[in-house]
Amino acid sequence: MKKVPYRNQFSKILGLTLIAFLFYTVPATAQDDASGEVAAADAGDAKKGKALFNQNCAACHALNRKMTGPALANVEARLSEEEGLDKEWLYSWIKNSPGMIKSGDPYANKVYAEYNQAAMTAFPTLTNEDIDNILAYTAAPPPAAPAAAAGASDGASGTAAQAGGVSNEIILGALVLVFGLLVVMLLLVNKTLQRIAQANGVIVEKEKAEKGLPLWKAFAKNQFLVLVTAILLLLGSAYFAYGWMMQVGVDQGYAPIQPIHYSHKIHAGDNKIECKYCHSSARVSKHSGIPSLNVCMNCHKSIYEYTGNPEGPSQEDLENGYTNEFYTGEIKKLYKAVGWDETNQKYTGESQPVEWVRIHNLPDFAYFNHSQHVSVAGVECQTCHGPVEEMEIMYQYSSLTMGWCIDCHRETNVKVEGNEYYEKIHAELSKKYGVDNLTAAQLGGLECGKCHY
Amino acid sequence: MASNKKYWKNEAELNPDDSIVEALKQNEFVEQIPVDEFLGDKETLATTNTNRRDFLKYVGFSTAAASLAACEGPVTKSIPYVVLPENIVPGVANYYATTIANGFDFASILIKTREGRPIKVENNTLAKVGGAANARIQASVLSLYDSTRLQGPMANGEAVEWNVLTATLKSKLGALNGSSKKIALLTQTYASPSTDRLIAELQASNGNIEHIVYDAISEDAALTAFEARYGERALADYDFEKAELIVSFGADFIADWQGGGYDAGYSRGRVPKKGKMSRHVQLEANMSLTGANADKRIPLKPSAQKIVLAKLYGKLNGTNVGGNTSEYDAAVDSLAAEIKKAGSNAVVVTGLDDVNAQAVVLAINEMLSSKAFDATAPKYIRQGSVKALNSLISDMKSGRVGALIMDGVNPLYSLPNAADFKEGLEKVDLSVAFTSNWNETAEAVQYVAASNHYLESWGDIEIKKGHYSLMQPTIKELFDTKQFQSVLLELLGSEQTYYEYIKETWSSSILNGANWNQALQDGVFIGNGEVADNDESQSNTLIGGDAVVSNTSSISTAVRSLANTTGDGMELTLYSKVGMGDGQQASNPWLQEFPDPITRVSWDNYVTISKADAVELGVENVNVANGGMDGNYVKLTVNGVSLDKVPVVVQPGQAKGTVGLSFGYGKTVGLKEEMKTGVNAFALYDGFNAHQTVSVEKVAGNHEFACIQLHKTLMGRGDIIKETTLEIFNTKDHAEWNEVPVVSLDHQEVPATSVDLWDSFDRTIGHHFNMSIDLNACTGCGSCVIACHAENNVPVVGKAEVRKSRDMHWLRIDRYYSSEETFEQDNIKKDEFDGLSGENGSLGGFGELEDPSANPQVAFQPVMCQHCNHAPCETVCPVAATSHGRQGQNQMAYNRCVGTRYCANNCPYKVRRFNWFLYNNNDEFDFHMNNDLGKMVLNPDVNVRSRGVIEKCSMCIQKTQKTILDAKRDGRVIKDGEFQTACSSACSNGAIVFGDINDKESKVAELKESDRMYHLLEHIGTQPNVFYHVKVRNTNEA
Repeated sequence: MKKVPYRNQFSKILGLTLIAFLFYTVPATAQDDASGEVAAADAGDAKKGKALFNQNCAACHALNRKMTGPALANVEARLSEEEGLDKEWLYSWIKNSPGMIKSGDPYANKVYAEYNQAAMTAFPTLTNEDIDNILAYTAAPPPAAPAAAAGASDGASGTAAQAGGVSNEIILGALVLVFGLLVVMLLLVNKTLQRIAQANGVIVEKEKAEKGLPLWKAFAKNQFLVLVTAILLLLGSAYFAYGWMMQVGVDQGYAPIQPIHYSHKIHAGDNKIECKYCHSSARVSKHSGIPSLNVCMNCHKSIYEYTGNPEGPSQEDLENGYTNEFYTGEIKKLYKAVGWDETNQKYTGESQPVEWVRIHNLPDFAYFNHSQHVSVAGVECQTCHGPVEEMEIMYQYSSLTMGWCIDCHRETNVKVEGNEYYEKIHAELSKKYGVDNLTAAQLGGLECGKCHY
Repeated sequence: MASNKKYWKNEAELNPDDSIVEALKQNEFVEQIPVDEFLGDKETLATTNTNRRDFLKYVGFSTAAASLAACEGPVTKSIPYVVLPENIVPGVANYYATTIANGFDFASILIKTREGRPIKVENNTLAKVGGAANARIQASVLSLYDSTRLQGPMANGEAVEWNVLTATLKSKLGALNGSSKKIALLTQTYASPSTDRLIAELQASNGNIEHIVYDAISEDAALTAFEARYGERALADYDFEKAELIVSFGADFIADWQGGGYDAGYSRGRVPKKGKMSRHVQLEANMSLTGANADKRIPLKPSAQKIVLAKLYGKLNGTNVGGNTSEYDAAVDSLAAEIKKAGSNAVVVTGLDDVNAQAVVLAINEMLSSKAFDATAPKYIRQGSVKALNSLISDMKSGRVGALIMDGVNPLYSLPNAADFKEGLEKVDLSVAFTSNWNETAEAVQYVAASNHYLESWGDIEIKKGHYSLMQPTIKELFDTKQFQSVLLELLGSEQTYYEYIKETWSSSILNGANWNQALQDGVFIGNGEVADNDESQSNTLIGGDAVVSNTSSISTAVRSLANTTGDGMELTLYSKVGMGDGQQASNPWLQEFPDPITRVSWDNYVTISKADAVELGVENVNVANGGMDGNYVKLTVNGVSLDKVPVVVQPGQAKGTVGLSFGYGKTVGLKEEMKTGVNAFALYDGFNAHQTVSVEKVAGNHEFACIQLHKTLMGRGDIIKETTLEIFNTKDHAEWNEVPVVSLDHQEVPATSVDLWDSFDRTIGHHFNMSIDLNACTGCGSCVIACHAENNVPVVGKAEVRKSRDMHWLRIDRYYSSEETFEQDNIKKDEFDGLSGENGSLGGFGELEDPSANPQVAFQPVMCQHCNHAPCETVCPVAATSHGRQGQNQMAYNRCVGTRYCANNCPYKVRRFNWFLYNNNDEFDFHMNNDLGKMVLNPDVNVRSRGVIEKCSMCIQKTQKTILDAKRDGRVIKDGEFQTACSSACSNGAIVFGDINDKESKVAELKESDRMYHLLEHIGTQPNVFYHVKVRNTNEA
């Protein structure tokens, strides 16, 4: 009875969403077309300009924000209005800014002085047309159509998701209800039948029960059965107790909350940054190393905000509150820690080291060397650390127990190709064992002293 | 041959009835767990409230609680750098070349740093002069992290800011400029071109400044003699490698004589090559490290040494030197004959604090034109002047000193006339002491300027003429400290840092166009050819003609006065110990726990006395049941100054009529309670002469030593030293002097090495590490012991624990005495007995038989885990905590060990150590592992062991693994010499060589094939991976 109105509501929501989607997206694309036309009229293609801008300028410039260089929104108009400089000036500046500074151009030198005397890279390869395109983009950036659409669909899919969530619960609830009803009905039927039987004076079942011993008594009398059961029970509980105890101190899946919400998914997954770019010491040291904050700032000097996944944020991100604003806030935490003054684009010198919570804790008596595995053996980081590129929150993927190490050492062949160190020992040992490829274990990788000293 | 020789470690072992020696031989864990005592106490057991069931309840509860508590791991924080310094990779060590120059020790070294922390001292193999890192230098890295260091400058006992201090100094010194009172800089020896220049500039700006150099242990006599002869206040240099005959009159040149650093060259000459090795004759009073290594050692009183030296000079010179006695004539004749035969291959040195003796020795070496003797490029590492110091003290007392600034010295501790100095100090208007630790002098001055440790400082040192070294900081100042030179620059009004100042000095006068960065990276720089040219011309004028002639008369006066030396009564020889030196590092627990190479006593200094004198005085050493040694006390009096209670060690080989006492102990100010050990021998250092006439009397009391000489004995399995003489070595087959023990197999005697109870693993593939120890090259100096301590995080256990034989040294250097020579003479004498009485009568004759402890031979033997291929320890471990690796290392998994100590019981070499307590984070063991500062010295690649586990030498598996990994990463084959252990790289004498014997080209593989090679206790078939080389003594008299 309850289901009916909900079903209606559900279809209604679906319908509404569809309408809303259409309503928002159609005008948006129309606008896009219109702006394209405007840009064409201004002898510059904003679309092409955007691509060029991202490729050449975005490392140091933003549209509405000072970075290493000045903000570039409407730069052409601004220059002609404020400084009386025409497009030709811009052409020559972009193509050869150091030359302009040398030649003593007043505005060129002013800008140069204003931005910490960091000379702008010269772009002699850009044609005037390219520059026009870029300027067109800076003058009227094509509105982020997909973003608007995504925004609209955000709302829609959000509600849809909500609806989906509700419906799942309802279905489950209904099932429970049905089962409950069935149980009640069975009980009722049973009761009724019994009553009928009583009324008829039939007492069939009880007779049967009185004939034999109760099952548990019969069981208790059979000592052998009791013994076997007891043994089985003990073995079973021992098995589970052992399993439980073996996981004591094993922190597989440990995913502590970190002082800065650092998403490996965004960095290693979406942006495909190589692991060893940040964890550079893994190549040469026993530690993989948590990157120092200056490594973060290599990119985050220019990436000051999170503008979202190009494919749009996923549902669970938003559910967890991982909005663009949230991520941008985390970047601000980084700035605070490293002492970066965003407005002046300067380090203040007041830094506060980040106290990360260590996830992978090997005991002190176990020696592990990253470079042995990463550089020498060429093991992928993911082999031990799991699909880090999918981890929004980093967690301990492997158990890091000794058995886990040993298993791998037994199965993994040593990478000997091209390594002169292994030449002799591999030739001799593989002959001795009669194998083509030696495992780490065969090379002594199971000896206690290799990891415990 | 080894078989007929008796070796002993302690005098008590000569007594066959000593039950304690017997008991200790059989029992390495002398302290039992007092179970009987506990369970035997029926009364307490009956009255106790805790019955068995309660006990089980408690146990059950605590086990459950502990397991529950263990379920949740602690949260560990990881804090990366904000900005990672360019040259630091976390987990990878950086090495920096620097130099130690603390006024006593001078050496070019490498410092290993991890994440910016200096953790280990290594030898700088580029350094050609000066010594390698000795035990004290190895330990100096711990002194950096001394928790008792001064944390900032102080004025009259209150903390003060540096700018206030320097401003005060500046104004007060300025006021003194031109006044009648002088400003005195009393400093250690720097031997630093930049510091000399700086002080000269300071003197130019302020005419009243006077610079006085003071060495706590003075070499004034040698300096004065050298100056008189060569016109420069410096020390002659010696290269003992070039000497075929070394005659030393009380010079402990293997240890600290004239600044030390001679042991490596000496050892190279001591290894028999092509049937030749150097011969070393030592005439001395104390049993010194050098005497212990000598082929022939003649125990002589210092006064007698002088007479012999004078007579020797006469013999060599052909002049007749009179003198009081003729009793040494035989010795002199044989010495002179030997020296004459050796000619320019001989060298004579002396440690007598007597200008005449030093002058005579210089004259002899010059006369011989000894190849080992170098006066042309002398050493500058001692410059102290007793005369200047004494005049300073008298000036201070008469109020003529306006300001006294001290750096690197602690006169109130190390001056014999400290009371005079204190009196003078009170009359000085401004007194400043630069010191890194609170000490006796800091207590008495107005301003205490907290100074840097050398690992935090810049500096340059000219160890030997034309040989320069650079000191660079390896860590930023840990505390609010400044180095002396920086403050001097501030006083000078200079804006320069001392680094810039050194660079300026070097580029203007030293580098001569060479690259500064290269010099800094190398840590050493050899001056250009110009200097060498100067040397030659100088030497020509000095040695040729006039100079010597004018000296001849003075030498003959010197010889005469030496020959007329009279010695009556007991003579005291003060010396410095390998472990403590002049006492600068008295608060260093590694050095306190370091057992003296000769006496094997740690945490103490003591009077050494000969057996005969001990019997006369009624003093003795007693070994007590727990393995500890006790001794009586004596009172020493020199010129009215006495030390009231000095414990006595009966020292075999001590010359009769002499006693010895070491410097460096007895500090009382600024140390932790546990470090206040021993007595201050500087009080007896009258007139800066190490040789004094002394009166000794027994006083009441019993002293407990922490002496390990009877510890870790070999279960009565007998002798493990093999030695022979050069003659036998050269003429006989090695089977004779290095016989392989035989065992009975099927009633046939076969070599023990051919019998094997076990199936052997195939070890021909991959690396197989072996260690070679050459007993000829080992001088027993002990720098390996400290290097091992530092590398492997070996805990310090303290005096009380060492006494119970619970010391944790993974590497010990056993010292064995033997007396073959004397026994043989005894036998001859016995055979010649003729009748009961008379000249050759046995009645008196037996009493005259020489005491074996009068002049024993000494052998040193470093013993660490032998890494047996058939290890007895591995088979008895119930939990398989110790196992064998294919690379030959006997591995120890601490986390697996449950502490049964079966392995230690079954180890025939007694090299396993048990952690009786938790030595880290435990305030009961207040050394360095209980505070954050001291823990900074720990090696992060080696586990810090916990209570209840056995530990032992791992053959530095962390280092071998690191070498292998580096090669794998570079994809290359490992070269010989790359594999090192802490001990092998610390051993500059070449006694310890480590490597891979499967690399047939390697040095260790070659050494293993040597005729001298043998294994310890070969007959028990353990097949060790450590092997030794038979000690060869050069007993060939000329």
